[in-house]
Amino acid sequence: MGRLKFATVWLGGCSGCHMSFLDLDEWLIELAQHVDVVFSPLADVKEYPDNVDLVLVEGAVANDENLDMIRKVRARTKTLIALGDCAITGNVTALRNPLGVALEVLRPVYGENYPNEPRIVPVLLDRVLAVHEVVPVDHYVPGCPPPASRIKAVLQALLEGKAPALEGNEIRFG
Amino acid sequence: MPVKTLTIDGQLITSPRDQTVLDAARGHGIKIPTLCHLDGVSEVGACRLCLVEIAGSNKLVPSCLTQVAEGMNVTTNSPRLQDYRKMIVELLFAERNHVCSVCVANGHCELQELAVAVGMDHVRFEYQFPQLPVDVSHDQFGLDHNRCVMCTRCVRVCDEIEGAHTWDVSGRGHNARVITDLNQPWGDAESCTSCGKCVQACPTGALFRQGATVAEMQKDKEKLGSLMQAREKKQWVV
Repeated sequence: MGRLKFATVWLGGCSGCHMSFLDLDEWLIELAQHVDVVFSPLADVKEYPDNVDLVLVEGAVANDENLDMIRKVRARTKTLIALGDCAITGNVTALRNPLGVALEVLRPVYGENYPNEPRIVPVLLDRVLAVHEVVPVDHYVPGCPPPASRIKAVLQALLEGKAPALEGNEIRFG
Repeated sequence: MPVKTLTIDGQLITSPRDQTVLDAARGHGIKIPTLCHLDGVSEVGACRLCLVEIAGSNKLVPSCLTQVAEGMNVTTNSPRLQDYRKMIVELLFAERNHVCSVCVANGHCELQELAVAVGMDHVRFEYQFPQLPVDVSHDQFGLDHNRCVMCTRCVRVCDEIEGAHTWDVSGRGHNARVITDLNQPWGDAESCTSCGKCVQACPTGALFRQGATVAEMQKDKEKLGSLMQAREKKQWVV
């Protein structure tokens, strides 16, 4: 198999999943033998490219920018992996959902001067969504954050052309 | 002792005649998942996780409430049962606000364990995100309705072991809530003896010791079983 076009995407999350990805330490060098990183918050690329083979998506869909991004990512990627509890359930990012629509969350925090510059500050969605509520997801890697070993198991299987099969404690939330 | 002979998952089993299918299975090392079951208190069959198939009937029955019978042929883990169990756990997660990563019971939670056991790696149902209160009016304990699964183990342990019956249930279906005394703040509930058995009985982080933070709330439900053993069989286990 040739080198895979590999991407990572950071939506509404704390970047803990990306930190966990970096915790792969020396295995990242092994990974670099098999993939080209074509888009990532860790790489200076402005536009998500076409024909990506594999993407790790961290975070929930919390604002209009996340929504545009995840649709673009899905349209341009073969295999999409929801990485971590925020991408899978909304998790901490969705803690605001029971409190009501976006304005009901923004007003108690900022008063009437809440951030409202549509093309400058992303507009919050009224309800934070899990990735699979917006676009089809191919594989789920739970955890807050998923441990590096779990991310490795999934990437390793996909590099070998197999379907990842996390089971037992490897699918634990939290 | 009169006994019944039955088959569970192809294994021929002899069981005392007043046993439930759940107890008979567990006595022979056959695991059936449960949530509302708690050793030492009565069964209510609320969670439906222990449903089993009995040959000759299309109905699924809760094994915790089904007595063993002569010649009974029980299946505890068919693909159909696995599907339903996974669906039940997903529905529990979708119904209230279960956020493992920030929960006092993270790592010690029966709901979280069940999700692992049934192979839940995401939830197919839309999360309801209800707005629910947290009651910390009691001076030692707290109640977080966001994490409650309505198993009613607190209600039964308080009534049947402590004998106080501080807890009960108000409302129906989606609106059902556990309540203390006449639906008043826990701290004002005069019948509460502050024994803490409800906290130990609770499978999730819904009932917790105040001051416990993320992942700190470990529970010891074995203690409740020992209390019942001491009372009924006069066997004291330290």
